[in-house]
Amino acid sequence: MGQTENITLTVNDEQVTESVPVRLNLVDFLRNNLGLTGSHVGCEHGVCGACTLEVDGVMVRGCLMLAVQADGSSITTIEGLGENQRAADLQDAFKRNNSLQCGYCTPGMMASALEYVETIRNPDRDAIREHLSGNYCRCTGYQSIVDAVLEVVEERAKR
Amino acid sequence: MTGPLNIFDKPNSYIGRSVSRPEAQRLIEGRGQYVDDLQLPRMVHAAFARSPYAHAKIININKSEAEKLPGVVAIFDGADFVDHVSPYVGTLTHLQGLRSPPQMPLAIDTARWQGEPVVMVVAQSRAIAEDACALIDIEFEPLEAVCDAETALELDSPVIHDEYENNRAWERIVDSGNVDDAFARDDVTVVERTFNFARHTGVTLEPRASVVEFNPSENALTYHYSGQAPHMMQAILSKILNLHEENIRVIAKDVGGSFGIKIHLYGDELATAAAAKILKRPVKFVADRNESFVSDIHARDHRVKGRIAVAQSGEIAALEIDDLTGIGPYSMYPRSSGIECNQVLNLTGAPYAIENYRAKGTIVFQNKNMMCQYRAVGHPIAMAVADGLLESAAHEINMDVVEIRRKNLFRDNNYPVTTAAGMKLDDLSHQKALEKLVSFMDYDGLRKDQVGAREQGVYRGIGFVSMVEVTNPSPMFYGIGGAPISAQDGATVRLDAAGALHVSSSITEQGQGTNTIIAQIAAGVFGVDMDRVKVTTGDTATTPYGGGTWASRGAGIGGEAVLLASNALKEQVLEVAGVILQSSAENLDIEHGLVVDSENRTERISLGDLGKIVYYRGNELPSDVTPELIATRHFRVTDIPFVFTNGAMAAHVEVDIETGLVKVLDFWAVEDCGRVINPKLVDEQIRGGVVQGIGGAFYEECIYSDDGQLQNASMADYLVPMAAEMPDIHIAHIETPTKTSVLGAKGAGEAGTGGAPAALMNAVNDALRPLNTSIYQMPMTPQRILKAQGTV
Repeated sequence: MGQTENITLTVNDEQVTESVPVRLNLVDFLRNNLGLTGSHVGCEHGVCGACTLEVDGVMVRGCLMLAVQADGSSITTIEGLGENQRAADLQDAFKRNNSLQCGYCTPGMMASALEYVETIRNPDRDAIREHLSGNYCRCTGYQSIVDAVLEVVEERAKR
Repeated sequence: MTGPLNIFDKPNSYIGRSVSRPEAQRLIEGRGQYVDDLQLPRMVHAAFARSPYAHAKIININKSEAEKLPGVVAIFDGADFVDHVSPYVGTLTHLQGLRSPPQMPLAIDTARWQGEPVVMVVAQSRAIAEDACALIDIEFEPLEAVCDAETALELDSPVIHDEYENNRAWERIVDSGNVDDAFARDDVTVVERTFNFARHTGVTLEPRASVVEFNPSENALTYHYSGQAPHMMQAILSKILNLHEENIRVIAKDVGGSFGIKIHLYGDELATAAAAKILKRPVKFVADRNESFVSDIHARDHRVKGRIAVAQSGEIAALEIDDLTGIGPYSMYPRSSGIECNQVLNLTGAPYAIENYRAKGTIVFQNKNMMCQYRAVGHPIAMAVADGLLESAAHEINMDVVEIRRKNLFRDNNYPVTTAAGMKLDDLSHQKALEKLVSFMDYDGLRKDQVGAREQGVYRGIGFVSMVEVTNPSPMFYGIGGAPISAQDGATVRLDAAGALHVSSSITEQGQGTNTIIAQIAAGVFGVDMDRVKVTTGDTATTPYGGGTWASRGAGIGGEAVLLASNALKEQVLEVAGVILQSSAENLDIEHGLVVDSENRTERISLGDLGKIVYYRGNELPSDVTPELIATRHFRVTDIPFVFTNGAMAAHVEVDIETGLVKVLDFWAVEDCGRVINPKLVDEQIRGGVVQGIGGAFYEECIYSDDGQLQNASMADYLVPMAAEMPDIHIAHIETPTKTSVLGAKGAGEAGTGGAPAALMNAVNDALRPLNTSIYQMPMTPQRILKAQGTV
């Protein structure tokens, strides 16, 4: 397995120290070393978006980052979002609109959708579609996902 | 059929309601259980060295360097499996004459497509297994590859299989009425076109994945499966690995998309099972994306020459097609690679009353990845050919494209009918669907907009399709041909001591909402709230025997079994309640978990209390009352081979004639899938299906070089529909229940994929018409659209 390095990072508010091979992807580290299997691997070259997760407040592709690069960082995965209520309204909107079928793209899609409702907030279908274009979904045809994101953008604007 | 008449409108029925999927919360929180999430003690990982050539002799395999790598557990080549695996042949007897040589999990002596697995490495991690694959030295002697289906049957073509005299796999001819006379009539206009459909594939976001455990002390194998048909896998693994069927357990938990891709036997997955049996420890194999592109089945890749004769009245006088398709080097096991061509022959023109129809289908072997059944098998081809020819003919005789359909579609009041290809159709609504579509989309308004746009130099087009979809297949689809594929499905429904309902069903969930509609049917028919229904699917150890979910059969067949079992359980419960309450079962009903008086609806006893009497205090019952509180029923479609659905769809597109880019402005679908159990879920099946159809029409293509190299085997190079390019899709329903069941549900999963490409192609050609050009090749890429205009 070649060279290994020790890394220390915060994952979903828990501190983790592990020795990892330098070639190990971040998403494989989360899935295989930490058992956080909510992040999915769809293409391993940064195209499909299934492994999208948050590193130091920025949405990144877990397959394009090495675990050693995450040393010292703070990571939130879909499991973390499930518990910290930050995305509770988005989750409800996804359920209401049936914005997921097989669920494989959903963790990454939720991450990108959350980024949209937190930072872009434009209640425009085309802008939402543009933003989600880095996340492939083969089941829904995207419309119900756009519906859900738009609903949350509009609800949050009223708050 | 007999059955309660009130299940659809009684107060606690869930049938027809857009209930949210209970499992959605789990998936949204990242708590799904996909195969790759599984970690088992002593589990090892597989990777494969695959053929880099489309056709090559394997001269020598040197494993010695790889064997030295720390962490490598075992290395197998094709010969190593010969004593452990029985060869398998992907033919069906009812596709008479279809031939294919026996297959084995890994190539032996000769590799016949780029990507065929040649050597399997099992190691402590996938990364080590891949490192070892790179150290394996396979000496190949490249052979001339047969890639072009058009030349595969020429006398000087190399022959892929020594045992055959040429590369023909199958041929079928349908000849109905008198086609030659009809084309010779002097009052008809004849239009002739050649259609090309590219190869594409399903691109399930979760790649194919298997974890296989073997317990030698019980000779038992457990297959953790990402797929659609657990009992089929159980039967074929039993046969091929020589294990008793009852010792094989197939478990499918969450499946990350399937679309027909994960319903076949793949050599790498069979090798994974064989290795687990040999090594006596769990083995995991998850295809990476490159492996998915070179080894997941491909589909379409048809060249169809078609011609149509229409009278001035618009009546279709005759239709003739000649379909040629290459399926790769073998026919896939166990469903065969003959079905798509067979469907093209069966379905082309099926919505229309046509007397004179001739169709020829030719299937050839070639040195490309294997083709087999992917969502909407054959439908996009059949619909695009028939409706492409029909719209062309309409313009030749100056008739509106809607009007020509009105003249030729089967009348709604005239069923059952048999099509020219011999398909029995019943309970359809083509005319009604078309009229609903025309008003739903504001056809007249769009035509006016089109004229206005053209004056501005904007090229917009409107295209239609009238379609049928094969759903709810009877045993005539596979079982009759000798495949171990069940056409019937079962459901077991039982009441527990707390008054909750447990349903286990042989149909499976890949995100469609199977488990949700099972709960809706059971809750509604039996009479409990939906949150008191626990559904189990996807496990051969705990569900009744059945086919699974494919060919749009889950709701129609599996759902009917749930209905019948729920009804049977209800009768049992009411009988016991009658004894307990000293009443007659006829005077009682069940509603919201309570046994009620059927007249005044007042509570008599809760199901929880009834359960406690039956299970804990049986002493309170007369000794001759022996309640079961469990019922199993099975259902299969009889009398007709398939329960067809119909639909009418329309596309509105804008073609940028400078760049060749097409924007889909709008898409409408009017679908008749019989009784709609959950409108939201059905709409989403159609939308997702339409978007896969848009993929096939504009983006998706497995591009091969002349020597059989797949050139775009990555997500970055193979285009799939993304959110930005997709339109909003408008859906309406007509509900004509099928008479073959009480539930009356037909399938809805494939209509969008089957119909959309035809409507889109017609819309593009409608937009291009002022330029006197047209395109009959999919995907309709910008380059091809510019080429059609002669600008590149």
